[in-house]
Amino acid sequence: MFKGRDIVSIKELSKEEMDIIFEVAREMIPIAKGERKNNLLEGKILATLFFEPSTRTRLSFESAMNRLGGSVIGFSNPSATSISKGETLADTVRVMDSYSDVIVIRHPYEGSARLAAEFAKNPVINAGDGAGQHPTQTLLDLFTIHQEFGEIEGLNVALIGDLKYGRTVHSLAYALSYLGANIYLVSPELLRMPSHIIRELKEKPMETDKIEDVIEDVDVLYVTRIQKERFPDPTEYKKVAGSYRITPELLKKAKDRAIVMHPLPRVDEIESDVDYTKHARYFQQAFNGVPVRMALLALVLGVV
Amino acid sequence: MEEQTLKVQKIKNGIVIDHIPCGMALKVLKILNINGDIGSTVSLVMHVKSRMGCKDVVKIEDRFLEEREIDKIALIAPTATVNVIENYKVVNKHKVELPDEIVGIVRCMNPRCITNQREPVVPEFKVVSKNPVIIKCKYCEREMGVEDIIENIL
Ligand SMILES: Nc1ncnc2c1ncn2[C@@H]1O[C@H](COP(=O)(O)OP(=O)(O)OP(=O)(O)O)[C@@H](O)[C@H]1O
Ligand SMILES: [Mg+2]
Ligand SMILES: [Zn+2]
Repeated sequence: MFKGRDIVSIKELSKEEMDIIFEVAREMIPIAKGERKNNLLEGKILATLFFEPSTRTRLSFESAMNRLGGSVIGFSNPSATSISKGETLADTVRVMDSYSDVIVIRHPYEGSARLAAEFAKNPVINAGDGAGQHPTQTLLDLFTIHQEFGEIEGLNVALIGDLKYGRTVHSLAYALSYLGANIYLVSPELLRMPSHIIRELKEKPMETDKIEDVIEDVDVLYVTRIQKERFPDPTEYKKVAGSYRITPELLKKAKDRAIVMHPLPRVDEIESDVDYTKHARYFQQAFNGVPVRMALLALVLGVV
Repeated sequence: MEEQTLKVQKIKNGIVIDHIPCGMALKVLKILNINGDIGSTVSLVMHVKSRMGCKDVVKIEDRFLEEREIDKIALIAPTATVNVIENYKVVNKHKVELPDEIVGIVRCMNPRCITNQREPVVPEFKVVSKNPVIIKCKYCEREMGVEDIIENIL
């Protein structure tokens, strides 16, 4: 079902396929932690084509490949490669494809991963194409929720912060809605979720600009950063950002089992004291990037 | 019923694009690149009352259409029929047809789309809705409506 497959957009994965990914990811956890050795991907080479900087995504892919006994080649600074001489993406991909067994690509232009997948014979995994898709982030977010609650259907999930520019929340909203979660959108007026994203959701989500409106009802608080650059007036930014900050105080009103997630890096949208509450899951979420990416690599390479 | 459109002078040879959705005639001319300097007669009737409600009709003398042009018309006027007139008579009539995939006749409106960079690919879209026409870029997934399509015809 997965062997040889490209992972370009979350929209191409069915619930059954996501369940398989989660199941394999669960089995990968002890290996991801280094508690168990495994050589499933021995002799396989992953090429990481990072045309844009990224630490977390790139390093978690590298860790995933290394933990499974495979090796990694690639670049994270295209100015040092022939791309800076004007080579097309299509050509770069064809060459890297011939050096490796699977490609992971991050590129600033939308649709670039689809293009890469067309030119590569081996599987291509999208690690972010501009404002477009970032399916492995969505999968690790879903996996974290799945791990916590078992079933995603029927959960109340609040997406909080910058819902306009954040691509992470766009694909996550789509996937959550597809899986039957109830979505609450919490953002300042200026950073509301674009209507073309909302249009693709199964049900119209509840929208508000106050966390207080939803805090008692939700199972998941998915927090994103509000960037200063989005505001013309710095004092306005301060005021707005302050009212979306997650504090231990605020979490007292939350459900006992509610969890706080964040794609990281955070700045000050989650107070550091929250780290020590029973609600914090963002570091576990970041770790989950490794077993989920191990699962994807193993699946598309056909070894599980 | 003798059609009102016949009030316009008959043409000897050329084409009649009939059953264009109301108000779209000028846009059909635009995508066919027909402007002031065309040598032949172009007549245009808008808001004709017909059985189906309301339509526009475009008649162009001494002009024939290529396959590609017919596909373009289908994108913005999916109900249109193209009638070929020879010696005052309709000798050929066919309904335009909007295919499920649009390849190479529209560029993606998203300037950040990889198909708008210097890459060896032809822009490709899926038709997600035929009425109203909405197409979706196969690469960046951006959706485009009729207005966007007209702006980006190749
Ligand atoms: N010589 C001509 N000059 C200009 N217009 C013409 C000429 N002959 C036909 N037409 C127009 O071309 C269109 C198609 O003509 P046709 O005689 O096939 O009409 P119809 O039977 O009503 O067709 P349809 O079923 O497609 O509506 C009509 O709008 C008609 O007015
Ligand atoms: Mg008629
Ligand atoms: Zn596009």
